[in-house]
Amino acid sequence: MRNIWIIFRKEMRSYFASPIAYLLLTMFAVLFGWFFWNMLGMFVKYGMEMQMSGQSYPMSINEQIIRPLLANASVLGLFFVPLITMRLFAEEKRTGTIELLATSPVRDFQIIFGKWLAALALYACMLFFTAISFAFLFHFGNPDWKPLAVGYLGLLLQTGALLALGTFISTLTRNQIIAGAVTFGACLMFYVFGWASNFETSTWATVLNYLSVAGHFESFAKGVIESKDAVYYVTFIFAGLFLTARSLESMRWRS
Amino acid sequence: MITVKDLTRNYARTTAVNHISFSVEKGQIVGFLGPNGAGKTTTMRMLTCFLPPSSGTATVAGFDILDQSLEVRKRIGYLPESPPIYPEMGTAEYLRFVGRLKGLRGAELARRVDYVMGRCAVADVKTKQLGKLSKGYRQRVGLAQAIIHNPDVLILDEPTAGLDPKQINETRDLIKDLAGEHTIILSTHILPEVEQTCQQVIIINKGQVVATDSVANLQSHARNAETVLLEVAPRPGTMATIDPAQVQRTLQSVAGVNSVQVKDRRNGAVVFETESRRGELVRGDLARAVIAGGWDLNELRPATMSLEEVFLKLTGTEPAAEATENAAADAGEQAIAAPETESVSTSEKEAADAEEPHA
Repeated sequence: MRNIWIIFRKEMRSYFASPIAYLLLTMFAVLFGWFFWNMLGMFVKYGMEMQMSGQSYPMSINEQIIRPLLANASVLGLFFVPLITMRLFAEEKRTGTIELLATSPVRDFQIIFGKWLAALALYACMLFFTAISFAFLFHFGNPDWKPLAVGYLGLLLQTGALLALGTFISTLTRNQIIAGAVTFGACLMFYVFGWASNFETSTWATVLNYLSVAGHFESFAKGVIESKDAVYYVTFIFAGLFLTARSLESMRWRS
Repeated sequence: MITVKDLTRNYARTTAVNHISFSVEKGQIVGFLGPNGAGKTTTMRMLTCFLPPSSGTATVAGFDILDQSLEVRKRIGYLPESPPIYPEMGTAEYLRFVGRLKGLRGAELARRVDYVMGRCAVADVKTKQLGKLSKGYRQRVGLAQAIIHNPDVLILDEPTAGLDPKQINETRDLIKDLAGEHTIILSTHILPEVEQTCQQVIIINKGQVVATDSVANLQSHARNAETVLLEVAPRPGTMATIDPAQVQRTLQSVAGVNSVQVKDRRNGAVVFETESRRGELVRGDLARAVIAGGWDLNELRPATMSLEEVFLKLTGTEPAAEATENAAADAGEQAIAAPETESVSTSEKEAADAEEPHA
């Protein structure tokens, strides 16, 4: 536990000592802010139209602002995951510091878990900026906070899964660009696997749809914790970290 | 302290280390010597548990490198070829991180960090980012991280590579200084380094141990004859110059002398190198022969064989270029003399071989 914490702290320090963290946080905040402003604008326009026409339709901040925003944030994660994970192992391999880690009395899984946790923590910092936007909604309206909390949990799980995938890919190369590009491709692939089920109903399409990251987020965005989706993400995370451990081990045998 | 038995490591198509066995006693400095690509780094990586061996075993401080890898890692300090530093960290911060990684904490961690910073003379760059430090400082920070947890065994992979001569000397002194507390294995392809720093040397070539011995023994063993250097000068007043060929003939006629070569000329004096059979003391006879010939004898000294020559004898390969450059300073007169060597030797071929690296 202590070793994981040591690695975690070192990784967080690396993110925040370099411009990486600030750059990512800024980009995420700007993009999310833009999404929020647009959603809000649409919501306000819709409300005004309703008032002018004298008709009344049910309006919900949760359904019309928070839910689509969470969906947007989940797509945004896709672009940020490679940027967060590409350096995790590739950089250590390039500079040779991996030799320091691998010859210290620390187990491989502690290194891996510490690094993954740091990546997730950086993503959590990004989500903090989304909370600022949501705070306005709570100040001027009264949306239900529970679906939002579930949505955040879903975002953390989904991004955690993709981060595990990125961590694994980062162990395969010493070139950060390659690690980033492959991670982006892989994440995108996992996002669009499910499309096949739109026109195909055979078993393989169903399997692909289940494997796809995107479909599992919908329930969380709605504010529902579906156990099958939660299990999917947790399994995905463990599979990713397990592959990372195997990859590190094979690096020792091959290099 | 370290026992290595039949350690072997294969890569995809090549065998980097082939059944290496040796052992190192507590408190010794052992030089791991070999040309580039001999398998030094691979062996060290196996000892530090970075690479698992393909076959064979090794124990460090009584712990097996495969089965008790974590125990071994606690007791080893390792400086890889390039210091494993994080460029964005500060010196003290980095040392604290490594210390924690090695299991130190609290007051002890702070004490050790202060101690190693003083020991390795990096305290003056305490807060500086490692990426902005000079190569010499980085190397010393690398050494500092290796000794932070006061390990029983220190493994240093080419600790002086890429440093300037002053830094090389400082690093060597530091290593010698550390020897009392730690058992040290250092690898190098620079021969004088072994002569100056180590007590024991393990020569490895093409993945195999070629020789294991103390530095002193190795020098005398590989020498199959005694070499004596004589500087002969014309006697003032009686002659203006000397005829090297004549001196050579005179020296050659001394019983027990195998060969005589002109090594150098300086200010009218000529330096000869004679090789005599082992066990025969010819120095007195040589001196008498020179005086009897009417010349002055400025200097007479036995030449010990440099490790470089030992190395060549044992491995049959040329050491790396850097080693030659470095050794050239030590063997200055030989290097200068090489092109104009006039040999009346009966073993001309052998003599030419010995000159090869300097030419």
